[in-house]
Amino acid sequence: MSNVILLSLAVMSLALCLAFVRLFRGPSLPDRVVALELFSSILVGIIGVVAIATDVPSLLDVAIVMALMAFMAAIGFARFLERGGPRDD
Amino acid sequence: MIEFLKGGLILAGSIFMFLAALGVVRLPDLLTRMHATTKAATLGATLIMLAVALHFAQVAVVARAFGVILFIMMTAPVAAHVIGRAGYFVGSRLWEGTLKDELKPNYDPLTHELKSGRETERNARREPGGTDDS
Repeated sequence: MSNVILLSLAVMSLALCLAFVRLFRGPSLPDRVVALELFSSILVGIIGVVAIATDVPSLLDVAIVMALMAFMAAIGFARFLERGGPRDD
Repeated sequence: MIEFLKGGLILAGSIFMFLAALGVVRLPDLLTRMHATTKAATLGATLIMLAVALHFAQVAVVARAFGVILFIMMTAPVAAHVIGRAGYFVGSRLWEGTLKDELKPNYDPLTHELKSGRETERNARREPGGTDDS
């Protein structure tokens, strides 16, 4: 079981690195927002796996808050883009 | 048995997340990237939360895990819709292999007005299957 957990953590860390590549290279601001959303989804997964590995069920609350913050950030960025704030792509 | 199921769910979830990240790096434009992240990452988080529910098997924890699943499944489409809409408004470029942009002849980017049906002259004699941006 611990091997499975290690493997999945490694795969998800690699996914985080790939999402960071898009966050760094993204040609426009919406691309970067999409990469940030992917970040938060992967973090929810990582927190779930860590909760299994350490037997701490309270970590699920952290996952809930993470998902909530990501949703708020996406909505906020979208409002900002639609209102036509200053952009530096 | 539960151990195998749990390991399978964790592995499947992490692989789906990896596929989402691969898609966000490899795909050519904003909408296809969102197509990769929204669905695959949601499915990955769902599978991992199912594994959490199997692991703890207490009522409170299972309820919270299903709460996370429900929340992600409800908010991911909304966030994707809002970002896609904003991305179209700010004029992010589509992939050059895109066959059809139905919004283009009907949408006025200055006033955010959308015409429907055959209101516009160009729309009435539009050829099917071509992107006419004359």
